[in-house]
Amino acid sequence: MPAQPLELILGRQFMDTLSIPAFLVDTQGNLLFYNEPAEEIFGLRFGETGGMKVEEWATIFTPMDAKGNPLRPEDLPLVKTLTTQVPANGSMFINNLNGERVPISVSAFPIIGRPDRYLGAMAMFWKSEII
Amino acid sequence: MIAKIWGCRGSLPSPGPENIVYGGNTSCIEVSDGETFLILDAGSGIQRLGRFMGPEVKVIHILLTHLHIDHTMGLGFFKPLYHPDVEVHLWGPSASNDSLLSRIRKYFSAPLFPVRLGDLPNHPVIHKLDESEFEIGDFKIKTDYICHPGPTLGYRIQHGDHVIAYMPDHELRLGSTDFPNNPDWTSGFEIAKNADVLFHDGAYSFAEYEKKVGWGHSAVRDTLQFAKLSQVKKLSIFHHEPTNTDEQLDEILRRNLEGKSFDFEIEMCKEGLVYEF
Ligand SMILES: [Zn+2]
Ligand SMILES: [Zn+2]
Repeated sequence: MPAQPLELILGRQFMDTLSIPAFLVDTQGNLLFYNEPAEEIFGLRFGETGGMKVEEWATIFTPMDAKGNPLRPEDLPLVKTLTTQVPANGSMFINNLNGERVPISVSAFPIIGRPDRYLGAMAMFWKSEII
Repeated sequence: MIAKIWGCRGSLPSPGPENIVYGGNTSCIEVSDGETFLILDAGSGIQRLGRFMGPEVKVIHILLTHLHIDHTMGLGFFKPLYHPDVEVHLWGPSASNDSLLSRIRKYFSAPLFPVRLGDLPNHPVIHKLDESEFEIGDFKIKTDYICHPGPTLGYRIQHGDHVIAYMPDHELRLGSTDFPNNPDWTSGFEIAKNADVLFHDGAYSFAEYEKKVGWGHSAVRDTLQFAKLSQVKKLSIFHHEPTNTDEQLDEILRRNLEGKSFDFEIEMCKEGLVYEF
């Protein structure tokens, strides 16, 4: 793996300092990093999983709507951002690895470096009480 | 190829009797193979370089890491720019909006400087770079953005089997995850890895760095760790603080090496040094 571009390194550094759960993915959707607050929501530890291929992490959580119907991948904010390179947001339920059903809101935005290099995306999550 | 140091001081030219050994001119390195002439940064050192260059050099490539004033202040005093038979190429980092040309023009304009770019006998040829790979003569050059305020490039210059890496302004600790243990997540690693000589920012002692986090520079202690991580053959520590005297620079290096051993050569860069490969 070649070293990461500066923008993703700084993105990860930034996320590492936040108390907001956050995800960092490359242009293919591979999960490069998630921070400690995200570990709490998802019941995973980055130190144990490391980065994950998109096929791997997309199957771990089953995002659902309020009625419990699984969401189509193209309706997920992060997937929208990855395909359109524009910010997206939405709300959903996920089942975390501890078996709990967690309501979350997600805001995703693309990472576009200088001068116009599309490098990946970041998603921030809020545990929401109601959707 | 040869690399000759015309300036390795950081931030501000610092002439004076207390700075005789390491020199007072700001960043400028001549890199040449006898046919192709490259200059890394146009700090105050480029003024002397311009005066001592042979008249046979007709094409000059100036590679700017970034446009902070200590890396550009010598441009207007570089004699070949005023010579009608000399072609000068200026290479530098792309920004998000403002073009490289318009950013260089700011230097060549009132109230900073009396001569405008358009007044020169030949308008320099401007080349903008980002994450780039290109060739000039027999030199293979690779650039990438590195961690420093404003768009800033590191240069990796290969000639035959030999590699020079140049990152005079680079804050390692801010641009790295779990420093110094994670090369893929360390700014500048691809530029530096396995270089024959790495010219790298080591502006501060660690105590000085702690007061200047976010200013874009590194402590000698971190620079040593980065050189080790990058498995370079030689580290030449660059961008000395203008307030640090010869004596203080020797002392900073001595303290950083105390009780440690490294399997590569280490020195504080000195104006006038010549590296030959
Ligand atoms: Zn500088
Ligand atoms: Zn600078």
